[in-house]
Amino acid sequence: MTGRWRIAWLAVLALVALALAACGRDEEEGSGDPGISDDSIKLGGSYPFSGPASAYRSIAVGARAHFKFVNANGGVDGRKIDFVTLDDAYEPPRAVQNARRLIQQEEVFALFNTLGTPNNMAIWDFVNKQEVPHLFVATGASSWGEDVEGHPWTIGWQPDYVTESQVYADFLEKEKPDAKVAVLYQNDAFGEDLLNGFKDAIEGTDIEIVAEESYEVTDPTVASQMSKLASSDADTFLNITTPKFSAQAIAAAAKLDWKVLHILNNVGASKKLVLEPVGLENAQGIVSTSYFMDPEAAQFADAPAMVEYKDAMERFEPRADEEDPFHVYGWAVASTMVKALEGMEEPTREALMDSVRKLDTEIPILLPGIEVKTDGTEDGYPIEAMQIMRFEKENWELLDEVIQAPH
Amino acid sequence: MERFIQVLVDGIATGSIYAAVALALVLIFRSTGIVNFAQGEMAMFSTFVAWGLYEAGLPLGLAVLTTLALSFVAGMVIERVLIRHFEGGDVLTLVIVTLGLFILLNSLAGWIWGFGNRGFPSLFSDDTVVVGGVTLSVESLGIVAVLLGVVGLLFLLFQRTKVGLAMRAAALNPDSSALVGVRVGHMLMLGWGLAAVLGALAGVLVAPRLFLDVNLMGAVLIYAFAAAALGGFDSPIGAVVGGWVIGVSENLAGTYVDFIGADLKILVPLVIIFVVLLFRPAGLFGTREVARA
Amino acid sequence: MSNRRVRTAMVLGLAAAAVAVPFLFGPYRVGQFTLVLVYAVAVLGLNLLVGYSGQISLGHGAFFALGAYTAALLIEKASVPHLLSVPAAGVVCFAAGFLFGVPALRLHGLYLALVTLGLAIALPQLIKRFDGLTEGTQGLTVDQPVAPGWLGLADDQFLYLLSLALAAVMFLLAWNMTRGQLGRAVRAVRDREIAASTLGVNLAATKTRVFAVSAAYAGVAGAMYVFAIGFVAPEAFTLTISFAFLAAIVVGGLATISGALFGALFIEFVPVYASDVDVALTGVIYGGVLIAFMWLLPEGAAGLPRRLRALAARRHRAAEEKTQEGRLTQREGVA
Repeated sequence: MTGRWRIAWLAVLALVALALAACGRDEEEGSGDPGISDDSIKLGGSYPFSGPASAYRSIAVGARAHFKFVNANGGVDGRKIDFVTLDDAYEPPRAVQNARRLIQQEEVFALFNTLGTPNNMAIWDFVNKQEVPHLFVATGASSWGEDVEGHPWTIGWQPDYVTESQVYADFLEKEKPDAKVAVLYQNDAFGEDLLNGFKDAIEGTDIEIVAEESYEVTDPTVASQMSKLASSDADTFLNITTPKFSAQAIAAAAKLDWKVLHILNNVGASKKLVLEPVGLENAQGIVSTSYFMDPEAAQFADAPAMVEYKDAMERFEPRADEEDPFHVYGWAVASTMVKALEGMEEPTREALMDSVRKLDTEIPILLPGIEVKTDGTEDGYPIEAMQIMRFEKENWELLDEVIQAPH
Repeated sequence: MERFIQVLVDGIATGSIYAAVALALVLIFRSTGIVNFAQGEMAMFSTFVAWGLYEAGLPLGLAVLTTLALSFVAGMVIERVLIRHFEGGDVLTLVIVTLGLFILLNSLAGWIWGFGNRGFPSLFSDDTVVVGGVTLSVESLGIVAVLLGVVGLLFLLFQRTKVGLAMRAAALNPDSSALVGVRVGHMLMLGWGLAAVLGALAGVLVAPRLFLDVNLMGAVLIYAFAAAALGGFDSPIGAVVGGWVIGVSENLAGTYVDFIGADLKILVPLVIIFVVLLFRPAGLFGTREVARA
Repeated sequence: MSNRRVRTAMVLGLAAAAVAVPFLFGPYRVGQFTLVLVYAVAVLGLNLLVGYSGQISLGHGAFFALGAYTAALLIEKASVPHLLSVPAAGVVCFAAGFLFGVPALRLHGLYLALVTLGLAIALPQLIKRFDGLTEGTQGLTVDQPVAPGWLGLADDQFLYLLSLALAAVMFLLAWNMTRGQLGRAVRAVRDREIAASTLGVNLAATKTRVFAVSAAYAGVAGAMYVFAIGFVAPEAFTLTISFAFLAAIVVGGLATISGALFGALFIEFVPVYASDVDVALTGVIYGGVLIAFMWLLPEGAAGLPRRLRALAARRHRAAEEKTQEGRLTQREGVA
């Protein structure tokens, strides 16, 4: 190599060094909390926009629509909400990096609605250490409400799996007090939580689990598990699955002519994603729970909250399918976020947490009778109620009343 | 006893799903010497196209036939435009390219049709038949029939036609084949086109039971690979038998061996593969390789 | 200036830049580079196996997971000091790799690929099954290494430099190995297996040793991963990571040491940039970039200097030919 190359190489090295130095390491602390100014608030969320759990990205879309809607109406106390979302493909290491990026690079005011139990478990120690609000995480695990003292900056939102399973247990105790239950569950934190919650809830009753089968998210089909369950002597089937597998399980039950009381968990209860593909005639009599208005239900079509939601979705997310229940979930949790922001007495993270820890409000798109309530370290679970619904003819029909299932 | 037979039958039904995709893998391997990691995603994409056509109003049969034709063209185009550039080169490069195609197609399908779950109508009726206490679904019987039919056709193609002979020659020894007048390029395109058709057929057969979403084939692909490995990567009948063996053994172990249970039942086919490959690497029906210095 | 001098200058320059990183970038970026180092070690191990020894593994994620869980359990449940967990993870994975390598001797090519694929699929299931030990799907949070006060460094800076030191050691070891007896034996096995055995190379021993070493590298990388992320769960070790390692060695360049670094940079940064461009089309962009890379640089990034030189040489030759032609035509009096 000639001297010419040497000079060129040194020049390249020097340029690179300069470029690196220009990026510099910013150690300064500004005054006040980052992510909030007189006219804007920055929120950050990490969702699975790609990968195996990508169906849940609809939650982010619903939330975004609500924030756009609120901004169009003047924002929160004059501040527009800027919602930054990143993709983590449902992988914990990416969630960790996204949390770092949102907090340290994007400098968000708070983390909002991060999705997935393992992802949130991966970041909550770090986020709490950084003293950043870690709000309304999109998972039904009960951990978020259990440890308010250890992780004061973290809080869940949806009725967790313990609440949900308690509701099923309560329902069974009334309808079929000596039920023999066969369970199909997804072999991950979600499935195990629901199953264990149910086991705890039926202790001391005459309800009994007589068969248990698990499946993996990576399994092609649950046919053999269903076959096994159907050959047990159960008279009740507890179906703890995610939409695709919910559909497979219902179809299998129909094919096997397995006529038992069929309880389907809330996540798998979508008419559009589960029941229609299976055929509504196979869904008759299935029981599930709900806590927000069903976008496909005739009884809510004229409710002001539903009309507002659908109009906003058309306006701000025209490509989205407003009958996707995950959009409604996103809308509802974003509404809660806005309520929390409105209750903030000062523009600081601490004040936001204070507001979050003494919530007592109603969100219109939730079912009437369901409150959003927290109380410091006494009650770290915003929503602890659900309502049983049964599928009749072409729709989910709500039964009785909202069942409160506090921890 | 009844239960045992039911488990066997269920295993064959599930195994037919793996076999369907395995056939497409075997076809590409046989005619081009390549293992195509994107096979499942291509099949899924085709199935979505069929769904789209059906939703647009086409009768199911016509939608499927149109999809098969489109898949044939698409398979040929992918070979000519993308894969051709890499043929003859490093095997690993090709693996990465097909992996890249896998990721690309999965994401593209999601972008076009969304990531949610949906139903797909079955080509067969919904009925079940009960024979001696054992429930068989017409659909599963139909799938088995189609599989065997395809195997028969492939046999005829490769063993009895000039085109099939040319395809095999092009795969085994492209240079010599070219010398004797085989249009190697065309044979490769044909191989990919046919494999794409098989994949689409597999998707359309399987989607009614598994339900259609972008991850339809993700889980099946591993089992399909296992089935092809077990049966022999260059043997169509091997792919089908391999699929059945895997489906049945997995089901039997999951049902009767308590330690295994549903979460470890995937180990069963993996262990079977391992054992078979140790003692008979070419698979049950494949041709044995001899390594010469 | 000789080739050797240039290479030394490049390595020194790279080392200087690497050490400077934590002082020039914010914690998020530094964290990303720390992960690049983690992946680089794993990719290096895989490259030893695939590039140098010609055996294929689609399941190196399994050894990576094994190393990560070994380190995590030792630190959290047995209160083992952080640094000790690294060689522990390496040793455990060496043993596992050896055990796996013995039966794998009888397989090659496609069949070895499939069996290693099976390993990658099986491991998350085993993690879940033994959840009494591993905490299963709940995941296990692990205390990350903390910067000692007297160093005056922030935690992320300390973590990066620690990872850099570990990675440097692993790279040096690899460099040494490929130049030593094992390296020569390994290359002989890859290029002409039958000839190598007639020359006295113990095929079985060589291949299993390489498998074991390669697994040990993945295990060490797993321990480093635990330091960097502080959390392990089965969802972090799916097939995706195995495929990513494979993509990294091909993108970086087979049978090169420097390729591991470039491959690690690729698999860490490209997915993030892909989703930044359009979160709906992440996979399309990532898959497209992968394919484009293979099209333009089949030898990987490590082949780039050679390609550029070849390109320059070709231009030079073409230019020379033109001047020759010019001289000829001049002499013959043709305008």
